[in-house]
Amino acid sequence: MTVTPLGIPRRLIEFTLDGQEIRVPEGSTLLEACRGAGKDIPTLCEGDTLTPKNACRVCVVEVEGARTLAPACSRRAEAGMEVRTDTERARHSRKVVLELLASSTDLSTTPRAAEWIKEYEAKPDRFGADAARLNEEPKIDNDLYVRDYDKCIQCYKCVDACGEQWQNTFAISVAGRGFDARISTEHDAPLTDSACVYCGNCIEVCPTGALSFKSEFDMREAGTWNEDEQTETTTVCAYCGVGCNLTLHVQENEIVKVTSPHDNPVTHGNLCIKGRFGYQHVQNRG
Amino acid sequence: MDLHFGDSKPTDDERAAVDALLGPPASAWEGADDRTDADLRWARGGREARERRDQLLPGLHAINDRVGWISEGALDYLCRRLTVPPAEAYGVATFYAMFAVKPRPAKVVHVCTDLACATRGARAVCAGLEERLGAAGSASGGVVWQESPCLGLCERAPAALVIQAGQPASPGRLRPRTPAPQSPAGLEFATAVVAPATPEAVVLAASAPEAATAEPPATMAVPQAGQQGLTLLKRVGVVDPASLDDYRAYGGYTALRHAFDLGPAGTIREVTDSGLVGRGGAAFPTGRKWQATASQPAHPHYVVCNADESEPGTFKDRVVMEGDPYALIEAMTIAGYATGAHLGYLYIRGEYPRAVRRLEHAISEARARGFLGDDVLGQGYAFDIEIRRGAGAYICGEETALFNSIEGYRGEPRSKPPFPVEKGLFGKPTAANNVETLVNVLPILTHGAEAFRASETKLFCVSGNVTRPGIYELPFGATLGELLDLAGRPETLKAVLLGGAAGGFVRPDEMDIPLTFEGTRAAGTTLGSGVVLAFDGTVPLPRLLLRIAEFFRDESCGQCVPCRVGTVRQEEALHRILDRTGAEAATDIALLREVGQAMKDASICGLGQTAWNAVESAIDRLGAYK
Repeated sequence: MTVTPLGIPRRLIEFTLDGQEIRVPEGSTLLEACRGAGKDIPTLCEGDTLTPKNACRVCVVEVEGARTLAPACSRRAEAGMEVRTDTERARHSRKVVLELLASSTDLSTTPRAAEWIKEYEAKPDRFGADAARLNEEPKIDNDLYVRDYDKCIQCYKCVDACGEQWQNTFAISVAGRGFDARISTEHDAPLTDSACVYCGNCIEVCPTGALSFKSEFDMREAGTWNEDEQTETTTVCAYCGVGCNLTLHVQENEIVKVTSPHDNPVTHGNLCIKGRFGYQHVQNRG
Repeated sequence: MDLHFGDSKPTDDERAAVDALLGPPASAWEGADDRTDADLRWARGGREARERRDQLLPGLHAINDRVGWISEGALDYLCRRLTVPPAEAYGVATFYAMFAVKPRPAKVVHVCTDLACATRGARAVCAGLEERLGAAGSASGGVVWQESPCLGLCERAPAALVIQAGQPASPGRLRPRTPAPQSPAGLEFATAVVAPATPEAVVLAASAPEAATAEPPATMAVPQAGQQGLTLLKRVGVVDPASLDDYRAYGGYTALRHAFDLGPAGTIREVTDSGLVGRGGAAFPTGRKWQATASQPAHPHYVVCNADESEPGTFKDRVVMEGDPYALIEAMTIAGYATGAHLGYLYIRGEYPRAVRRLEHAISEARARGFLGDDVLGQGYAFDIEIRRGAGAYICGEETALFNSIEGYRGEPRSKPPFPVEKGLFGKPTAANNVETLVNVLPILTHGAEAFRASETKLFCVSGNVTRPGIYELPFGATLGELLDLAGRPETLKAVLLGGAAGGFVRPDEMDIPLTFEGTRAAGTTLGSGVVLAFDGTVPLPRLLLRIAEFFRDESCGQCVPCRVGTVRQEEALHRILDRTGAEAATDIALLREVGQAMKDASICGLGQTAWNAVESAIDRLGAYK
């Protein structure tokens, strides 16, 4: 059962979305309003448990009277606003941004990326064969998770989840500048020498698979990862008394990874090292 | 927050540098060597220490100035002192071009290769240095040299800046609590500006920067110095920039007295009536900004002076700060009084050592004489100014990135709304103005809004292929041609870049463009920061465009995709068409247009939004690649 907290009632404000008058609770973002109205706006850096950083710029929409486009994920709806989501200008920016992303990063494990690239007729190849990208081997410096910088789009979600928004561990940050900016530990040290506590909450929020379970990474390498065959069972973690929800992803009767429901009002999808990674004992059938 | 610090220790020198800034650590929680009994009973740090996070950037400067680079041990020690997570501090340290987190020699030579210097022989300087000091970035003989974006010395191009790490030159300034151990090399912190630069002069300055010949006075950058009718530059070259009395003898502090007579609301009314708009490029009405800040219920309010003048070709703020530092202090005090702020931050780019020194001196002098402090001029109004030195990041000129930089975060811009007048520095209402805007407030209050409107002037930075490069003050309405005639127009003018790298090119037949915000807009270009860079027939346009693209690629903060990747793709396309024209270049020009449009529309801040302006104007107005 999913518990939906009701929250404090909010005033409704009225604005125009694609020519249609709609009402949303005060403080809603344009993206929330779009979703409420049944519009599907692509987005990568927005996450349901985090304050969006609006860094990916895939969700831009046109706000009447504004000089530039606005990121739907973080721009709040204002009364009387006129917003258009599907103008040529907005579509053009989304197309080019998808091209820029796909030409510089590996989006093969990014949910829906292929679909959006098709929808917006993006052609990442047109920047030429020698268009700059990272081309870096995945970093495997521990048994729990893998960092694949080739897939990183620098959405800041892992940094926010590790830092002040959830975990308060601050093991990672963005280092460097511009195209060379990358998510990094202090002094670019291996994860094992860093402040990391292996809660895996960064994996939970990573939108592209740049951060993944070692188990998932190994199975993908071996070609045995098959999401269609996996079942998901949500249960309660047995390690302590907090009662966090665990969603066990099971393939061929083996737990292959553990996530946590984001709509849980206590944990919001966050776990600790035991809940996230301490599942081997379940499979110890010796 | 449970912070994890590695076990790397600072050297004595590094520890002394940090302690000189922050004082000795109060407890083992903050990195003291010995644990006292009290440390076992009480945890210290927490909120109190975190509130000092704005000392992170000064702390990084302290280490870098002393040692030349920032080691793991030094960074960790600084983090302990301020309760900042090391990963975040590492992210901040690696953000700035003037810091290094890998060992390097104590002497670093920055050689400007940007637009104005490129037209005046920067290539030859680099080639000469390569011969004498080895390849850029490789250390030899205790010196390393590197290419640098615009150093803001365009009137004396080509330019180089030498920075030597070491002990503070005047021990009194940093006041180390304990006698500091000698730096390994026994060097003193020193900077030397070499402009115009020759390879020999640069090598000589690098060998002993503390003994290098002094820079010429700021007047040298003002060909009009001493001329009648100047408003903003009237004191530059006339007063002694070190003397508060001299400043007062030339009309200093009359504007502040008028402001006190008028009261905060009256001061804002006067500024609003004057019609003054921001000179940083956006041309936002200053009075409205002040009014909006003053009326915010949240407190405290802040004023921020944006002196992070990093637009290639811009050097006017440097000249004003070096030649008339008290004017800026007086103007900031007026801004603070009008907006209800009691603290102002002056953020100066790190590449301006002389401006920093002059303002540090002027501020301490003003403080000692009651022009700053708890009771300014005996009026019961408290105001003080803190200087923050940038560390090589063009993006920090964007006001919200500048706030982040002061606060000790990466200099990444924030999304707007909310606007700074509502949530600015430290999340509080903030009025941010650049140097030229602020200095305009003095004549407004001295002579009144009416008189100001009748004789409003603008500063222009003229450089490139002109015979008298420098800062010019002209009444609004003068044409581009008139300005170039003053500065000595080249025989074969090929193009003029208006507004800097974020501005646009105009053709030699467009010399009657009036230099006003409206006039340039009507002509489809921009006044921007007042840059007028003239290029004659010898300048290869495609290489210039490539340099502009390189600049934006280097200076993008990397936060948003259109700018982070777009600037790289722009540079790649310009590389491909470097020597091509017509049909051969057409596909890439179409590509540039598409990427440029997305950068303009979808980037978070002005850097990405304007990164394609100059290239676009070169294609459309000058017919580059035709």
